[in-house]
Amino acid sequence: MARITLKVNGKSRMVEVDPETPLLYVLRNDLELHGPRFGCGLAQCGACSVIMNGNAIRSCVTPVSAAKNHEITTLEGLGTVAKPHALQAAFIEEQAAQCGYCMNGMIINAKVLLDKNPNPSEDDIKKALDPILCRCGTHLRVIRAIRRAAGSTRVKA
Amino acid sequence: MNIDTKSISRRQLLKGSGALVVSFSLYGPLSRALAQAQETPEPRPYAVERVDLGTFLPGPGDYLDPRELDSWLAVMQDGGITMFTGKVDIGTGTRTALAQIVAEELDVPFARVTMAMGDTAKTVDQGRTVGSNTIPRGGPQLRQAAAAARAELLKLASIRFGAPVEQLTVADGVVSVSGSPEKNVSYGELIGGKHFNVKITAAGYQTAMVVAPEVKAKSYKDYKIVGTSVRRVDLPPKFTGEYTYTPDFRVPGMLHGRPVRPHTAVAKPLRVDQSSIAHIPGVVKVVQEGSFVGVVAETEWAAIQAAKALKVTWSQPQTQMPANREAVDTYLTDTKPVRELTAAKKGNVDLAFSGASKTLQATYHWPFQNHGMMLPSCAIADVQGNKATIWTGAQGPFTTRDRISTMMNVAKKNVEVRYVEASGCYGRLTADDAAEDAVLMSRAVGKPVRVQWMRADEQVWDPKGPQQLTVVRAAIDAQGKVTAWDYLDLSFPWTESQGTPQLAERQIGIEPTNSGNPNGAGGAGDIYDFENMKIESKTIPWMFAEPMPLRTASLRSPGEPPRVFATESFIDEIAAELRMDPVQLRLAYLKNDKRISEALRTVAEQSGWTERPSPARVSSERILKGRGVAVDQRGGSIPAVVAEVEVDTSSGKIRVTRITMAYDCGLIINPDGVRNQIEGNIMQGVSRTLLEEVNFDATGVKSVDWVSYPVLRFQDVPDVQIHLINRPELPATGAAETPIVVIPAVIANAIFDATGVRLREIPFTPERVLNALKARPAITQRL
Repeated sequence: MARITLKVNGKSRMVEVDPETPLLYVLRNDLELHGPRFGCGLAQCGACSVIMNGNAIRSCVTPVSAAKNHEITTLEGLGTVAKPHALQAAFIEEQAAQCGYCMNGMIINAKVLLDKNPNPSEDDIKKALDPILCRCGTHLRVIRAIRRAAGSTRVKA
Repeated sequence: MNIDTKSISRRQLLKGSGALVVSFSLYGPLSRALAQAQETPEPRPYAVERVDLGTFLPGPGDYLDPRELDSWLAVMQDGGITMFTGKVDIGTGTRTALAQIVAEELDVPFARVTMAMGDTAKTVDQGRTVGSNTIPRGGPQLRQAAAAARAELLKLASIRFGAPVEQLTVADGVVSVSGSPEKNVSYGELIGGKHFNVKITAAGYQTAMVVAPEVKAKSYKDYKIVGTSVRRVDLPPKFTGEYTYTPDFRVPGMLHGRPVRPHTAVAKPLRVDQSSIAHIPGVVKVVQEGSFVGVVAETEWAAIQAAKALKVTWSQPQTQMPANREAVDTYLTDTKPVRELTAAKKGNVDLAFSGASKTLQATYHWPFQNHGMMLPSCAIADVQGNKATIWTGAQGPFTTRDRISTMMNVAKKNVEVRYVEASGCYGRLTADDAAEDAVLMSRAVGKPVRVQWMRADEQVWDPKGPQQLTVVRAAIDAQGKVTAWDYLDLSFPWTESQGTPQLAERQIGIEPTNSGNPNGAGGAGDIYDFENMKIESKTIPWMFAEPMPLRTASLRSPGEPPRVFATESFIDEIAAELRMDPVQLRLAYLKNDKRISEALRTVAEQSGWTERPSPARVSSERILKGRGVAVDQRGGSIPAVVAEVEVDTSSGKIRVTRITMAYDCGLIINPDGVRNQIEGNIMQGVSRTLLEEVNFDATGVKSVDWVSYPVLRFQDVPDVQIHLINRPELPATGAAETPIVVIPAVIANAIFDATGVRLREIPFTPERVLNALKARPAITQRL
């Protein structure tokens, strides 16, 4: 067991855990952040994605010790129902989910994409989200939502 | 918003504010709040002593009485409506669509209705959430209960104002006397916080229950909320991390459990080596009961590590896994069925064949496929003595309750199951395996246990969509007329999912009492009107001495994608043989059913279909393009589809570039909801057609993750165009699973159009495509 301080969604949080514990379980169980979700534990589906230092990482295979001293953003760090982020608002607008279980991966990876490429083409979006799995088949809505969010970001800027 | 309320009962809900109740549905299912109610046990005012509804004879207190209006809905003091339903929203949007139906019938704004779903102690058993039946069956049940409530509210207002009911009108939940607008009263003022204490009628049970048929519901002509694309109430918190899915649910003092199972048939654990996990801190117990083995730990990570590290020596099972897919096909054709069904018989097929000038025959092959839930099975159980509380995303909370009461050998009322949404499950959670695992582990440690299957557990032990084999024959006379259709479907039953004992139950020695439920019979050509027809469906036995990973369950339109794959491919084979346009051939033989023909014509028109036979002129280019068509009718819903594909003749890779679908499901409750379901069905259909097959051999299942069981990804999704055909005068017939049935055939037909090659074995992997291209131009096997 080790004491580890994490910087999550702009706040410092201390946890006492086995340093080998994947970040996902620490976020979900110790910090009660349910945005990142368990889907495979193998970095194959993207449901556990979080942003670390501006990049999307798979928290299910990242030991918590490797997240020490890095800025981590989870889905909760983007916005809330009361005050959604532009991406979340666009997903609502496009009704871009069915069960919604994969949506953490979609929105987190879309956020990283838009931060790096504010005006992505449809192919850019497909390429960026290709590793993120959705079993309900809401891909086209997700693409529309990201395009909508990109548009609204541009309008603001 | 956090719900910290210590104790909320149904009675207290009635007194509470609507806003509070609405927040439950947005920030976690109602059950999360209701869960807390256990601390102050309350009488169950609605519990039935005995209901006699035909064959339905539950024990005392097992079910809410559907003949009590209060079993269905409650009016809050502020006029909010809580509708209680045994149906659950498995991610398809029915929480919203059912609320539309209720709001419409009650004449209240949509936002005022909250759905409380799937709590065995607090909702009526309306049957499991399966077969696209929530809107078609559950919808009218709730509509009638709401209409009965509205009539009762009008009666109360009539007494209050001394005005006849005929003079009353309702708008936004306020009753007014016509001509005297100052005489008005809200639903909340009339009965808010109180029980109706009114009896209604109910006959039959579960899905088939008919509720209050004597009450006249609103005419579709007056609908204002039904038929509009109301936004889904569950989506905003799903996009922000505020939603409570099954694995997010927490019970105080909860431990973490993981089952330990081999990837082949489960025999006996000869030796469980506790020392193999002695180094992992936080392990509470290795649970062993019968052939069940699981680990319980204080933290999730400890449970994961322990389940992985635990050394178990299993005895040799009696049940041998089949060597490969071909061996299963042989078994299908050579084994005596447990059930033979003749779904259609007309004229004299044998005579037609003997007089035919041409006969065609083809065999179509379908593999075992996974449901592939994004969230592997998960449930929480709290077993205390002879009582249990279960939190689960199961499609049948009452089925889970019945299985677990059998498993624990206690009365049904001792088990309470509360629905907490899982990921989309497509039929998989008709078998609630994680709940049973959790019960065994919770019982062993005396504390609540949350079980989360790992990805390999889910891929290997998913009760799969069965392997299937279909043989179709057609006779054609000298004039080129199709005179006979002879169809044989060979399929396995669902060994799980219909109330048969499941995995953990089997492991503790509960034996199955039947052979499982047949895999359906629709989609076998019954939409066509040939002079002589025979449609047979044979169910081949698939129940084994021990639990085996190739166990089976209903998978989205069970059995029908394979059957329609055979039917609509073969119709295309006939059209090609006769050099006829595939749309025209279908129109010529469709039964006198205007709706199916209209859907087919619509999709042809919308997709820019040009009349000509298939295949297209096949060129020598590397990329060949083709188009295909397919149609079906299932439970009243009609999908008609056109696909465009590109075949890379050097790599064998298929790209589905565009899919156009016309869809008729009677009355549409929420158009965007229907579109969403159709899009999803198309994507899952493309995935299952091009990519999906469970791999196995005699040593076990080899598809253990998303690399060994790939599914469709963003770069391969087709463009989709949807044309809804709304028929508000007809009953709603559902959209959650029917659109998928036509996808495999339409892709096969488009590939044939592009290449002249007929693929009859799913999935259409590059390897299979290349092999078929090499063998060109064998189009149909002639007898």
